[in-house]
Amino acid sequence: MSSTEGFSHESRDPKWVQFLLIGLTLGFVFLLLILPLGVIFWEAFRKGIKTYALALSDRNAQSAIALTLLATAISVPVNMFFGLAAAWATTKYSFRGKSLLISIIDLPFAISPVIAGLMLILLYGIHGWFGSTLQSFGLQVIFAVPGVVLATMFVTVPFVARELIPVMQEQGSEQEWAAVSLGASGWQTFVKVTLPNIRWALLYGVLLCSARAMGEFGAVSVVSSNIRGLTNTLPLQIDALYNDYNAPAAFALSSILASLSILTLIAKSWLEARIDYRSKDKEELL
Amino acid sequence: MSVEVRQVNKTFGSYKALQDVSLKVNSGELVALLGPSGSGKTTLLRMIAGMEVPDRSQNSEEGKILFFNQDVAKWSVSQRQVGFVFQHYALFKHMSVFENIAFGLRVRPRGQRPSNAQIHDRVKQLLQLIQLEGFGDRFPMQLSGGQRQRVALARALAIEPKVLLLDEPFGALDAKVRQKLREWLRRLHEQMHTTTILVTHDQEEALEVADRVVVMNQAKIEQIGTPEEVFHRPASEFVIDFLGSVNVFSGRSSETLKGESKVYVRPHELQISRNSIDHTSISGQVQKIHRAGASAKVFVQTDNDQKVRVDVPMNQLQSLELGIGQQVFITPMQAHVFSPDYTI
Ligand SMILES: Nc1ncnc2c1ncn2[C@@H]1O[C@H](COP(=O)(O)OP(=O)(O)OP(=O)(O)O)[C@@H](O)[C@H]1O
Ligand SMILES: [Mg+2]
Repeated sequence: MSSTEGFSHESRDPKWVQFLLIGLTLGFVFLLLILPLGVIFWEAFRKGIKTYALALSDRNAQSAIALTLLATAISVPVNMFFGLAAAWATTKYSFRGKSLLISIIDLPFAISPVIAGLMLILLYGIHGWFGSTLQSFGLQVIFAVPGVVLATMFVTVPFVARELIPVMQEQGSEQEWAAVSLGASGWQTFVKVTLPNIRWALLYGVLLCSARAMGEFGAVSVVSSNIRGLTNTLPLQIDALYNDYNAPAAFALSSILASLSILTLIAKSWLEARIDYRSKDKEELL
Repeated sequence: MSVEVRQVNKTFGSYKALQDVSLKVNSGELVALLGPSGSGKTTLLRMIAGMEVPDRSQNSEEGKILFFNQDVAKWSVSQRQVGFVFQHYALFKHMSVFENIAFGLRVRPRGQRPSNAQIHDRVKQLLQLIQLEGFGDRFPMQLSGGQRQRVALARALAIEPKVLLLDEPFGALDAKVRQKLREWLRRLHEQMHTTTILVTHDQEEALEVADRVVVMNQAKIEQIGTPEEVFHRPASEFVIDFLGSVNVFSGRSSETLKGESKVYVRPHELQISRNSIDHTSISGQVQKIHRAGASAKVFVQTDNDQKVRVDVPMNQLQSLELGIGQQVFITPMQAHVFSPDYTI
């Protein structure tokens, strides 16, 4: 399925070079990726299934899982919507400052998550620009759940847009024009023509976005102030437990987070094969 | 339905894509827009369809597009009911051929939408028309270029458009398929009499298919006329040059002409002979003979070092017994003269 397969050339490097390189790569992957991941699961279950279950049934642990899922469940759809809008605006219209806008969308990639968190505090903290206004409405953002969600949204902004922009750029808008000339309304055109053409890229972006949303530590840590059972997400709770020398519980929660990530990874590689396959079809110039 | 374009301009940034373009296509007519790449053909077509807006002009009579003498500036693309076939097909690749063709019927508002059975019948009919019965379940990727092109045409025809706009519909196909589709299109047009504008950069296609030809160059219309008119009475140097190969003589090389004017003579308008015919005959030497084709192409180098192509019918070539290096005379039987403006 992968497009490189058909073009790969058997290398003429000596056998020992091949073995050395393959061995080195495998060694690295094992030492740096597989072993640590394995250790997490090993440590999680080392004290027996009972300790594991106990760690998971802890009220604070469950609240952390719930908050992580909540932040993900809010930021992913918001991002999807924003990504679609941004990709549509930058590929179908021409306006001043378009390329600047595309670069700005990438900003969260470049900025350290810690700084992102600090920016949120400066804006929405009690002494921040909008802090007192928000407080007069009884809304606390920083050191509360909205802050966690906002921080997650900030760091995941580029994911969907980044996936969609190149795909939509390549496709141009001829199919949309064709639909409109056949009498389709804007909404019909979007649902029947645009969406099916970008669905794989969209899904891919959403998966990357969810992985990042679940794993985010830095920005969330700054705005949450680690109130257990209230503003701790999974990564924060794991960190807190570990600092309490409660390694079994920390590893139990880690195994949950790792499983979520592995699931996303599996879904992602399945999608990659699909996208690859489709882009090969595209070469036929349709 | 007639389509009229009145003194339309279009600029992209600082680039002029259309400059003072006026054109009237009569009801039921098939007009070809002919011009080199980048001359503004697609831009003009998109403007008629409503996908591009003409530049605004102070004069309210300028920059207008009229369908049947009605200004359509405020009409949306779908209100204009044009069938548009795109240069690169633009088929919906995730839909079957059947669904592609049915699209225009399915998206109609509930009240006007035909029933499923009616849609089915209509698509069947169209598949028959484009000679692709039994291809309804295929996807665009499983079709050849020529088949895709026909599906694109059927999809546009499904909405029974008032005007058919075809952007280089046969552009990406090989010569043989082009020829067949061209004849098919002409027959189709004779059946349906839909007002049609066909964009092409192939002069042969334009001359063969169209009732009238519009020759475009660098954002402007050079000439509008029947195929005979533009071929035999070209209005400019560009037109004669673009409509087939031509030999160019500068005025000085011919006694009948003075000044800076240029003389254009097509290869078949030159007579080749062993002896001088009259004072316009030019002497030269045969350099090359290409015998493949209906007539032979003889390349002659004149005494003042100009390369000239003469098309000679095969039987004449044999009776002349021409060979490489042979001294010959070429005599124009017909010539098109264009003087630069400043000498007039
Ligand atoms: N959206 C646009 N923005 C900027 N320039 C454009 C745009 N559309 C067209 N142009 C320019 O306008 C000119 C005419 O383009 P157009 O597509 O009408 O040419 P064409 O005659 O159809 O050529 P071809 O035979 O290659 O299709 C070209 O120089 C093109 O680069
Ligand atoms: Mg074009």
